[in-house]
Parts: sequence; structure tokens; C-alpha cells
Amino acid sequence: MTDTTDTRSHMPLGLAQRGYTGVIQHLAAKEAGSALSDVELESRLIELGFVEGARVEILHEGLVGRDPIAVRVDSTTIAVRRREAMAIIVA
Amino acid sequence: MEAPLLHLALVGTPNSGKTSLFNALTGSRQKVANYPGVTVERKEGFFVTPLGRQVSVVDLPGTYSLRGRSPDEEITRDFVLGKASGETLPDLVLCVADSTNLRLTIRLLLELKRTGRPMILVLNMFDIASRRGITVDVKRLAKELGVPVVTSIAVRKGGTADLLKLTDEISAALAAEPVENSWRALGVSELRATQREADRIIADCVSLPARPDTWTARIDAIVLHPVGGLIVLALILFVMFQAVFAWAQPAMELLKSGFDSLGELVQATLPDGLLQSFLQNGVISGVGSVIVFLPQIILIFLFILLLEDFGYMARAAFLMDRIMGGAGLHGRAFIPLLSSFACAIPGIMATRVIDNKRDRLTTILIAPLMTCSARIPVYTLIISAFIPARDVWGFINLQGLVMFGLYAAGIISALLVSFVIKFFMLRDFVPAPFMLELPDYKMPRLKSIVIGIYTRAKMFLQRAGTTIFSMMVLIWFLASFPQPPAGATGPAIEFSLAAMIGKALEPLLAPVGFNWQIAVALIPGMAAREVAVAALGTVYAIEGGSEAVEQIGQVLATKWSLATALSMLAWYIFAPQCASTLAVIRRETGSWAWMGATFAYMLVLAYAASLVTYNVAVALGAG
Repeated sequence: MTDTTDTRSHMPLGLAQRGYTGVIQHLAAKEAGSALSDVELESRLIELGFVEGARVEILHEGLVGRDPIAVRVDSTTIAVRRREAMAIIVA
Repeated sequence: MEAPLLHLALVGTPNSGKTSLFNALTGSRQKVANYPGVTVERKEGFFVTPLGRQVSVVDLPGTYSLRGRSPDEEITRDFVLGKASGETLPDLVLCVADSTNLRLTIRLLLELKRTGRPMILVLNMFDIASRRGITVDVKRLAKELGVPVVTSIAVRKGGTADLLKLTDEISAALAAEPVENSWRALGVSELRATQREADRIIADCVSLPARPDTWTARIDAIVLHPVGGLIVLALILFVMFQAVFAWAQPAMELLKSGFDSLGELVQATLPDGLLQSFLQNGVISGVGSVIVFLPQIILIFLFILLLEDFGYMARAAFLMDRIMGGAGLHGRAFIPLLSSFACAIPGIMATRVIDNKRDRLTTILIAPLMTCSARIPVYTLIISAFIPARDVWGFINLQGLVMFGLYAAGIISALLVSFVIKFFMLRDFVPAPFMLELPDYKMPRLKSIVIGIYTRAKMFLQRAGTTIFSMMVLIWFLASFPQPPAGATGPAIEFSLAAMIGKALEPLLAPVGFNWQIAVALIPGMAAREVAVAALGTVYAIEGGSEAVEQIGQVLATKWSLATALSMLAWYIFAPQCASTLAVIRRETGSWAWMGATFAYMLVLAYAASLVTYNVAVALGAG
């Protein structure tokens, strides 16, 4: 399912590897299965700068389950768990 | 005519350098208190503008928006809207931005503008931005935002001159007619729209170099490495605890000999009698035995403040998130738990950064298991009296090893308790999200470190001067009265109230190897743990006469068995915590039941641990 070719199909940031760079396409809070409500998760992601068009890069991963991830979002670095990063659709 | 006090409020995202600007503006003219009803720290400071206007400035908790999703953020929102009880609406809001990272602050500012409060955007850390090749068209930014913009370098002398000048200009021209507040909570689409607007303005006014901060990237390559990062974290913690015990020694010896000679002076100058006994045994040996630990407390806060200001704490949370998740803890709990090594009170207060209620409650319940600095006196005293200072395996100091073991026991039991809580109470739950900004590294500034340590040292000394002092007076009184009848034999203390209380409790504590003197010391130990040491000192001093005052440790070594000493150490790993910790738990959880639960479970653990330790030690022949 996960397409790693150069077609850059849309995928959740939560599945991306370290070193991945891409651009946020849209937010899909419903897909994440987070403990937060959809609206709350989406609001928080926006407040931390995850909006459509922002450039993201995965800089670091944690030890256990490669989780959480440190994501460069334009000029900021944000740590999130992969579960919440599933709501960020990138390409 | 004297102009009225001008009220400023500092608002900004976390890590925007708000606090260093606050320190730069006010220096040591700060007042730290709590907002009524909540334990959010309220920091107010004062300064005078170049034109002589008296200004009060409040450093509000950092926030990314005015939605108010935690008690901290609610304070910020209510304060800016003038809804915080007992607070004046600020005359001027200073929105503080990290110049190297404007996106999130500009969005916040666009939201703040709707409140109609007069505002200045302060581009802080402007020197770092310039050095990194970021240029800001300040005039255009001000025009686009419709808000005056000023640059500042909080950490440099004179770096706030422009801000002060602008404050004067604006306060002179503050409009009499207030602008309507049109703020209301933003929906998702409005949030998105303001972030887009912010990004557009930044694209127009700020030119960013392609490369991010190279130093931060280089350090993070090591510090956030999945394996290397954990090794670095372990090393930092190891150095920290070594330092607290090794480096503090000379200063502690100095303080100790100072109090000893003061005691001798009192003994030499005053005639034998109650006053001499009160000053020497009650005041000097009691309070002195606690103040001796000031160097260690300063050192542990020095480390915590340095790591915080450097920007490492967020990284530690990142590294520990999943590891702590295994025990049912949130990554953000790492910082409160680490602070709890200094004192559980700031630790429990720091749990406010955990926005999920259950995660926060679990962290509050286990925070007192972290070995706080108030336990150091008790541990040090008993270890130095009973554990030989020899090396094992050639290079590890046995005393240090025991100390390390006590810390480890605290941490392991905290993880176990957390695991049990997760297992029984919160079985089927999706872990709360972990979302945290990892700020660029910054060189910690001497001034803010000094101010931070100064406030904490002051709090410690105030406690020594009030709580601990009054407990010592009480202990001295209980241990001295009633006086033995004329012609009585045996130590005077045998006839005192303290002996009566201690002996009444003795049957309860006998199974864990505690004698009545320990029972007497444990009661005031509830007010503040370190008082137990002072209380033991007083009890044995009065019992043994004045020549025994100086070396509590030596006295203990002759009066206690090794099993009793080990049992006492085990007791203090769990030691039912001090009254102030319980009070903070009551306030933070808003519940007497949780406070009671914490007290009860720790008391049970302490008793069980001591019981096992004592009996095993006796069985092994240490009785």
C-alpha cells in the first residue's frame, strides 16, 4: 500500500520515515484515532503550524517504535507521536 | 501630577523569550505569587520608563492561542480580556515573538488584536535572527499588522531601550475611548485563515535564509539520536547527582563549622540553663542542620534551570515519551518528575503542562516518590553514620552507591506505582497526544539563572526561618518539659512530653525497628522532611547533654543498630510526604480524596518497605 516511488502520492505523515520531506496537503483529524476530538486535534495541529502548504521534514525518531517523531515545519521543530501525525496528509 | 501606574502584560508562545525579557525589564524587582483559586504562578515585576513612568508588568503563561485549554492558558486569556478576578485590564499588551520563529506568534497576535487592547509586537532575540541571516522589514510588518513593532535583545544590556522608548510614547498617547473587544473563540476554519494570513504577512516582510540553525541541528543529531540521545541523558543525570553530592561538600562543611562555632559561642557566653539550651539545641543545632543543605539545593536548581534555559528539557521529554509510556506516563511528565528531585512542590505544579487529566493525576500521585532535596539531609546523615566510606570494585564509593540505590529505588517504585494505576484504573484508554515544540538551543544567560536560583534559595531559607524554626521550637519544648523532678537520675528527656508521645507510638513502630526517639522525629518530619534530622539532633542533644550536640551522626552510630538505620532509609524512600506537598496535591487535584489517597498509599509503602528491610537485616545479623 505504501507507495515509495516518485509519484508522491498522498500519505499520512505518521507513516513517513526519517529524512522524509514533503508538503502538507490537508488535515484529516478523523483518520488519526487520537484521544482528542477531531476539532481539538485539528485546532492544535494548526496552532503548531501544521497548515496546508507548509513544508515538513522528519528530522528525528524515538527509539521505541520509531516514535515520537521530530518534524521540521517551516521554521519550527515540533515533536508529535505518529498516532497524531496520521492526521497530517502530505505529499 | 503623578501619572497612574501603567499596567503591561507580556503575552507570547512558549519559548518566545518572554521570561528573559521580563527579567531584563524588571531585574530583581519581582513578585511571585499565585492567581486566586489556581496554582498558576503569577509573576509581576516593576520598572520605571526613561520618562519616569512607573510600570507594573505581568509575565503571563505562554500560549499558542486564546482558546484556553489548560488552567495556564485560561489565565492568559482572562487576563487579556480583563476577566481575571481581581486583576486590572492591561493598558498595553506586549506580544513577545522569537524573531527566528515568527509564524506561530504572528498568528497569536492576529488573534490578540481582536481583543481591542493596545498592543506592541516585540521582536525578541533579534540579534540571533540577524546573525542567522533573517531580515525583517519592521516598518512594513507594523503597517501590515496595524500594530507598532519594536526589536529587542533581552539578554544584552540596553537591548530593551527601543521598547522602553516606545512604551513611553504609546502610554502618553493612550486613547481615552476603549476599542471594543470583538474576540471570541476561533473555529477551525478561522484558525486556519489566521495562520494563512500570518504566513502571507511573513512572506511579505521577512526574508528567511534556506538553512535552519546549524548548531541546533548538529547538537540534535547527537542528543536526539535514538540510542546516543538516551546515553547523553543518562550521563547528564549522572553528572548532576554526582555534582550535587561531591561539589556541594566544601560549602556544606563551611556552613556546618560556622553553626558549630556559633553553638559553642552561645554555650561559652550564656550561663547553663533553659535559655542556653533553647538557643543551642533548639535554634542553632535545629535550624542550622537544615540550612547546611542550601548548597545542594542551589546546585540541583542550577542544573534544572540550565537545562531548561538551554532548551534541553523538551528533548528529554521527546526521548522519554515512549519509554515512560510503557509505565503509563506521558512524555511531558518527565519535566515535572525531574523537578521533583529538587522538591515535589514545583514538580507537582509543573504538571500543569500535561493537559490530559488522567495523565496529570498519575504524575501528581507519583511525583512525591522522586527523591526530593529535603530527603538528602536524612540520607546523608544516616549513610555517613552507618555506611563505611570505602571503595567497592576499586573505584565506586560505597556511600555514593547507597545514595544512588536510594534514588533508583524511588524511581523504580514510581514507575511501578504508575504501572499499577494504569492497570487498575485506566485500562482501556488511548494515550493522550504528545505535541511539543522543540525550541532552538540557546546559551543560558547568567542573569536569568541567578534570578531563578535566588528566588528558590529565598523560598528555602524562608521555610527554614518559619516552618522549620517553629517546628524546632516545638520539638525543643516537648523534649525539655516537663523538667525532671529534683534528684532524678537518667537523662532529662526521659521525663519529657516528647518521650511520652514517642513511647506511645513505639509499639506501632517497633516492628520496623524504630525506637521512641525516631517516633518523636517522624512527627515534625511531616511538616518538612528535613526537620526529622534536626529533631533527632535536638532529642539526642538534650538526652546526651551539651557535649553531644555536634555530631548527631556519631551519636546515631552508637544508639542505632544497622538494621534500624537501613529501615529508616527505606522509610524515607516513601516517607509520607511533608504537609506542604499534601497541601499542593489538595489544591492541584481539587480533591481531599486524592490527597488522602496519596498520603495513605505512601504510608503503607513506607511501613511495608521498612518492615521488610528491618527483618531481612536482622535475619542477616545486622540487628
